[in-house]
Amino acid sequence: MKKLMNDVDQIVDEMLNGMVAAHPQALKRVDGTTVVVRKDAPVNGKVGVVSGGGSGHEPAHGGFVGKGMLDGAIAGEVFTSPTPDQVFEAIKAVDGGAGVLLVIKNYTGDVMNFEMAGEMAEAEGISVKQVVVNDDVAVEDSSFTSGRRGIAGTIFVHKIAGAAAEDGKSLDEVQQIAEGVIKNVKSMGMSLHPCTVPAAGKPGFELDDNEMEIGTGIHGEPGTERTALKPAKEIAQILFDKIHEDMKLESGEEIAVMINGLGATPLMELYVMNHTVADILKQHGLHVTETIVGEYMTSLEMAGASLSILRLDETRKKYLAAEADTTAFKR
Amino acid sequence: MTWTAEDIQHWLKQFADQIHEHKDELTDLDQKIGDGDHGINMARGVKEMNKLFDEKTFATPGELFKAVAMVYIGKIGGASGPLYGSAMMKMASSAGTQETLSDKELIDALKAGKTAIEQRGKASVGEKTMVDVWVPLLQKFDGSDVDWNAFSDEADELKAKTKEMHAKKGRAAYLGARSVGHIDPGSASSALFFQTLAATARERG
Repeated sequence: MKKLMNDVDQIVDEMLNGMVAAHPQALKRVDGTTVVVRKDAPVNGKVGVVSGGGSGHEPAHGGFVGKGMLDGAIAGEVFTSPTPDQVFEAIKAVDGGAGVLLVIKNYTGDVMNFEMAGEMAEAEGISVKQVVVNDDVAVEDSSFTSGRRGIAGTIFVHKIAGAAAEDGKSLDEVQQIAEGVIKNVKSMGMSLHPCTVPAAGKPGFELDDNEMEIGTGIHGEPGTERTALKPAKEIAQILFDKIHEDMKLESGEEIAVMINGLGATPLMELYVMNHTVADILKQHGLHVTETIVGEYMTSLEMAGASLSILRLDETRKKYLAAEADTTAFKR
Repeated sequence: MTWTAEDIQHWLKQFADQIHEHKDELTDLDQKIGDGDHGINMARGVKEMNKLFDEKTFATPGELFKAVAMVYIGKIGGASGPLYGSAMMKMASSAGTQETLSDKELIDALKAGKTAIEQRGKASVGEKTMVDVWVPLLQKFDGSDVDWNAFSDEADELKAKTKEMHAKKGRAAYLGARSVGHIDPGSASSALFFQTLAATARERG
């Protein structure tokens, strides 16, 4: 394992210090916690939007803290959900009296820890609502399992719910708008190379030079299928087909697209993917009003990418285009 | 036997030792079917628990369980933190303010903990989770005249049985059929939890 680090136990703390030191006008840390909030938090009278999860997905989620997106983000240990006390601190730090929406990615641990924090906050008289993002179509949705994972589609939830909150919508309205995004965003990822959790010291799985993994999660979880490496256009087709099968997109629909890098894939390759995805979308008669290409929800140094498609309506279109001023996403 | 807070502390210290000893193994199991952090997270939690034991002494088992619950909830993270933490919290309520617990009372407390795990994790038997150790084990041993050797063996067997299960809960569920053939890491740490309990009972009972 080769990583730029000092003490493996301090890696999250040192990252957060570095993040805040890089953006002192935009961010501040809540003392003694792993919580980062916008410098002007709490914003009086505005619904607070909070997200978080394990570290290792940077810029998620601290990079999306700022005007028009998140009010606060909680960083857990690498790939490990933050604990309820930390989430509770974030809720308290951003509550401006209008309540707080928790944006949770659908993982057993995240849901439990955020729920416990929500219960703690409610006990102190802070209104808390939550939404659970489950955009990954790689895993089957079934009432017998924990359901689908939350991956890069979460960024659309941050953007749109954050803009709605900035626009003065109530907690119930922001929650409803976020639910609308979640129902209409689907993603699928693939990887070329695994990643190594610093404290584990070795990769989560192995891939031969001529292999790729389809349907990989963002924690180095092995995917649903392993196949021989294919050209980008075939990979894009596999990802799109799986999403399309679920969303049943119709010709003429307006969509937003995200090509997200998993950490070690150069922008060159992401643009190649976008080129080939754009062709597929055109063939299906889909109108792309917004394309986002870059690293937004990474998985340490995993190589690979995910494709996310968001079906738009007037509300989502308006809030996607609205102003956002965060360190990792600006509009 | 009659369990004092000190006996329980002795048990949980042994649990901590076993977690540290099996840390890499737990992480390896989790890398195969989950996100590869179970050993790391549990080790962080029990290390903090040991610090607590160095700093504080407890008058009652209930007081001890409650303090340990707060450490687990605040330090383990992931799914294991809320699950082990919620279990300890309910064990604290069950133990109440009694200065000592009989075997039966301790098993009753563990049963309350088991219910908390089922509720918090929304999992049931057969879904390849820690529930597959907690539920059948505490069903079989109701606390009167416990054969601690059999208790320990049963915990180990229940853990081994998760190997052939198809995961339906937790991150392993995303692997579908590929989860078959690997022991569930939460069941593995749970087996250590119960085996160290049995070892303490044999040693001190």
